[in-house]
Amino acid sequence: MAKPVISFQNVSFRYDENQPWVLKNVSFEIHKNEWVAIIGHNGSGKSTIAKLLNGLLFPQKGEIAINGKPINEETVWDIRKEVGMVFQNPDNQFVGATVQDDVAFGMENRGIPREEMEKRIDETLQAVGMGEYRLTEPHRLSGGQKQRVAIASVLAVSPEVLILDEATAMLDPRGREEIMHTVANLQQSKELALITITHDLHEVVQADRVIVMNEGEIWDEGLPREIFSKKDELQKIGLDVPFITALAAELQKNGIALQREPLYGEELLEDLWTLYSKM
Amino acid sequence: MDIIFKNVTHIYQPRSPFEHIALKDISLFIPSGSFVAVIGHTGSGKSTLISHLNGLSLPTEGEIRIGEFTLTKDKKPENLMELRSRVGVVFQYPEHQLFEESVRKDIAFGPKNFGVSEEEIESRIREVLPAVGLSESLLARSPFDLSGGQMRRVAIAGVLATKPEVIVLDEPTAGLDPRGQKEIMEMFYHLHHSENLTTVLVTHSMEDALKYADYVIILNKGKKYMEGKPEDIFIQKEALHQVGLDVPEIVEFIASFEEKFQTKIPFHNQSISQLAQHIAEQLRGVG
Repeated sequence: MAKPVISFQNVSFRYDENQPWVLKNVSFEIHKNEWVAIIGHNGSGKSTIAKLLNGLLFPQKGEIAINGKPINEETVWDIRKEVGMVFQNPDNQFVGATVQDDVAFGMENRGIPREEMEKRIDETLQAVGMGEYRLTEPHRLSGGQKQRVAIASVLAVSPEVLILDEATAMLDPRGREEIMHTVANLQQSKELALITITHDLHEVVQADRVIVMNEGEIWDEGLPREIFSKKDELQKIGLDVPFITALAAELQKNGIALQREPLYGEELLEDLWTLYSKM
Repeated sequence: MDIIFKNVTHIYQPRSPFEHIALKDISLFIPSGSFVAVIGHTGSGKSTLISHLNGLSLPTEGEIRIGEFTLTKDKKPENLMELRSRVGVVFQYPEHQLFEESVRKDIAFGPKNFGVSEEEIESRIREVLPAVGLSESLLARSPFDLSGGQMRRVAIAGVLATKPEVIVLDEPTAGLDPRGQKEIMEMFYHLHHSENLTTVLVTHSMEDALKYADYVIILNKGKKYMEGKPEDIFIQKEALHQVGLDVPEIVEFIASFEEKFQTKIPFHNQSISQLAQHIAEQLRGVG
């Protein structure tokens, strides 16, 4: 198998010696062109993982590497070129007076030549569907549009890893849908390693793999379908399952024997139709 | 307290190049004791609407009555303080507004401002803590040492300690994990009944509106777009799509089930298990 883009080896972290461990012996790998959702209750360590991934924090134990290069104080500036991050609050992430200034900011810091910058501003704003807003002032944008510009700014420095840390939490359902559509397309076309940290079950369903955190440890890891089949256990650790999964579980209780764990309405309908035609 | 809006319009920076009409000719009636959900796309006027409920904004045109208080263009009620002590607002991410050195002081801040005596404040603190699910052992702690969910409960306790009759909730579950979301909503639902509150909930969650509200108001571009009982409003898929909203997942599924199986399942706000039972019976041909 190819070398992982991200590797966490036995990572433990705490804020200081008198505090409890926030992460306990966490190990996982994420590959190129893979979308991993990290879920878990508030305080389970999800966001700490994100902060460790671009060197905002350093672990006390274990090793974190990006493309085989360990993250430490010497490599952190290089690492940040590889790992782009978008946070929750769209209003805290703007530095430029216009949309294009904002996208240019990260590139200026990295000394990218002007011509190349122009090209990338165009490309990335087009990619997130904000091409017509180059000269718009950020405060005139909706929350969802701001988050798309934040993603463009991150993409402009062409990272290999994109992390969305509850980046859709403050948006309305339409705004969320737009962002996730944009992100899913970008992930595929640029073959990014994508990590979404979220409570939104619709986002989790779209991922290739799910890591479930509980009290600082990896509680489970698997396909969305596998994870959501553990409805009762998930609820015990403060999580929930999507509506369709919950409905499927109730149907099973009523003696409807489904062949698979459905994630989408159409899947459940198809399965019910198959059963029905045999009845 | 009954809440009545009569032809309310609110314009930000009127007669300037930045003029923005946030609310346009809104009339509504929220009877005392009801639980109302206000829903709308970002920019639909939800936040402007609720900022009128405790006199933070005044209407540019029209009139608002909240109990015996009247708000018009140039008439702030003289007893604005009293209005604010009777209408409690839990803003979005209320934990960002904590600032005191202890949980006790933070909860006491609101009632203290409204001139409530020390003794009374102390007894209110003992009363609201169990209501928000916090233990008395936290009172001496700094609110900033608590978890996000606990901080939010402290902020809510501060609003409850002012003993409001109307409580306004602006997306109270944003950013919480699924269990936290459920706990907070169950808590408000319980308080609504036990304290005979009038509750106004601003939310993006159709599921929460369906579960807790007995009346729904849909805003679009500053105007009232629809209103009614949740089970009547949430089946109107096309009308909701037009203003950027989706129907609850259960309604969506019922609609596609009806289409595929050429059948009817009346929507009456049934639970998932009731729906599953109904579908199972239909498939077996007994339904």
